[in-house]
Amino acid sequence: MSVAETIKAKLTSALDPTRLDITDDSARHVGHAGASGGGESHFKVVVVSEVFDGKSRIERHMLVNEALAEELRGPIHMLQIKAMTPAEEWQ
Amino acid sequence: MSDIPALDIIQSAIKSDDVVLFMKGTPVFPQCGFSSTVVQILSYLGVKFTSVNVLEDMDVREGIKQFSNWPTIPQLYVKGEFVGGCDILREMFEEGELRDFLAGKNIPMEQQADA
Repeated sequence: MSVAETIKAKLTSALDPTRLDITDDSARHVGHAGASGGGESHFKVVVVSEVFDGKSRIERHMLVNEALAEELRGPIHMLQIKAMTPAEEWQ
Repeated sequence: MSDIPALDIIQSAIKSDDVVLFMKGTPVFPQCGFSSTVVQILSYLGVKFTSVNVLEDMDVREGIKQFSNWPTIPQLYVKGEFVGGCDILREMFEEGELRDFLAGKNIPMEQQADA
């Protein structure tokens, strides 16, 4: 499974998102300190989930980070996170 | 043996100043766009801060992630408290919350909201 597919599977199971966009941004970071150069190292995720309701920014990011803890210790060097509730999505 | 060999270095760094940024590179020569973004935000607000270049010490680079339970760099600490990474600081800045947060912590800013 690719890293993007793993992210999708883990976030879907952990957060039951109503929307989940995953962008592999690795190509923009080639040669960057810490980038492997092999791709699949920098990702952007937009997650919309009821789970975030009533939670602070840090708490929301922690939920995403926890779901992907294994990948963040391994292949992922940077994960940009946009975490919203369904109500916030259209504001 | 501690899980975090660099814990002492990290704790003394966080206590060294009210605003401490763990980043890749230095404010003058950031080596990562995300670290650079946070430097720009702090500079825009006129906040004086101490920076720690995690690329200079692999123990600090890994240790700070365990210390804060936050897996990526940059990381900003204000008065010893972890505030967030690049996305959170950018969102707080864009919503005007960062200025209020720093003002609430009595952090001096050279550029004020209605100056």
